[in-house]
Amino acid sequence: MSDQKMRAIVSGLEGYSFEEASWVNPKPLSECRVAIVTTAGLNQEGNADWNPGDQGFTVLSGKERDFTLGHFSPNFDRTGWVVDENVVMPLDRLDEMAAEGKIGSVADVHISFMGAQPDHTLETIRLDTGPAAAKALLEDGVDVVLLTPV
Amino acid sequence: MGTLASVLEQSGLATVAISIIREQIVATQPPRALHCEFPLGRPLGKPGDSAFQHEILDAAFDLLNAESGPVLVDYPEEISDDADTPLSCTIPPADNSDKHPAEAEARGLLPVWRRSYEKYGRTTVGKVVPPEQVPEMVALFAKIADGEDWTSVGLPGDLTKLGADIKNFYEEASLSLSDGIPGARQAETWFVTQTRAGDVIQRARVALKEQKAGSYFTSYILPMTQVREPENGSND
Repeated sequence: MSDQKMRAIVSGLEGYSFEEASWVNPKPLSECRVAIVTTAGLNQEGNADWNPGDQGFTVLSGKERDFTLGHFSPNFDRTGWVVDENVVMPLDRLDEMAAEGKIGSVADVHISFMGAQPDHTLETIRLDTGPAAAKALLEDGVDVVLLTPV
Repeated sequence: MGTLASVLEQSGLATVAISIIREQIVATQPPRALHCEFPLGRPLGKPGDSAFQHEILDAAFDLLNAESGPVLVDYPEEISDDADTPLSCTIPPADNSDKHPAEAEARGLLPVWRRSYEKYGRTTVGKVVPPEQVPEMVALFAKIADGEDWTSVGLPGDLTKLGADIKNFYEEASLSLSDGIPGARQAETWFVTQTRAGDVIQRARVALKEQKAGSYFTSYILPMTQVREPENGSND
């Protein structure tokens, strides 16, 4: 029951919410280009490291799916990821949905940040890296983003 | 993650977030979230179960049909971790009797780790050292556990990240010592409670606290829920 304890530990942490919620009405899903943005701290080319407090992001290629999980926190299970990366990064599932026509297409560009940030205001993500990541996705024609945590 | 979703939405992207810590999503109010009470680290719930993963994705993308938000929906099925049930593994015989027993244990696990890597093609080891150097790192942690000054044992990098390399190496090796896909955190509990290296890290953590190495090292060298305090010890 470790996760219950972890949830209790982090449940009181502060979060940052916006005064006015943004809202985008998407096209029909069958016409949408879909990307994944994860906070698992994924890198490519074998880099298994990610420094605590780093609010930067990595651009992940949807074609070269050689992802390495570098999240600094030891407080979550990694064996599920090692056995099947779709449990965090369900690109194979999105491929299948695209083949079935449920979604329009799978993006070439995906993004990873790292969660468990000590700065709960997430200032860098809000002002700099978040908008920059959005720009990279929009340049790939992305309409819909699925966010996955760990 | 909820804040990030709002930033992306503000930039013109329609977002749907899978939530794994409900209180955080309630606090940050992303536009659309499907809360999945699944093991931390497994937001799609079940590794190796594509049908289940599709169910989660269908439920998540259904939220795009909402006309206004924020929307927070709870997925009806819950999955718990299995930290209370350590993975059942038979550790292969150690191959270097002149080494510290924990280092010898890790050396014995190297070929097992390689089998896991060949099978799954992924590793999370390598924050500081490659898998082949993990046994040497176990030996250095054994020195710390036995009371040597942590700053002078010759660690090649960040101590917490080295601890992660050791833990992740063992967890990945365990995948080839057991049948099927383990429940969440089963390998973690096996490492912490059943292996010599896990005991070394536990004792090293206590020694690091005594040496006042700093909370970054003592808080993240092991999962918070797996920390073993000395019976007569007190927290920082």
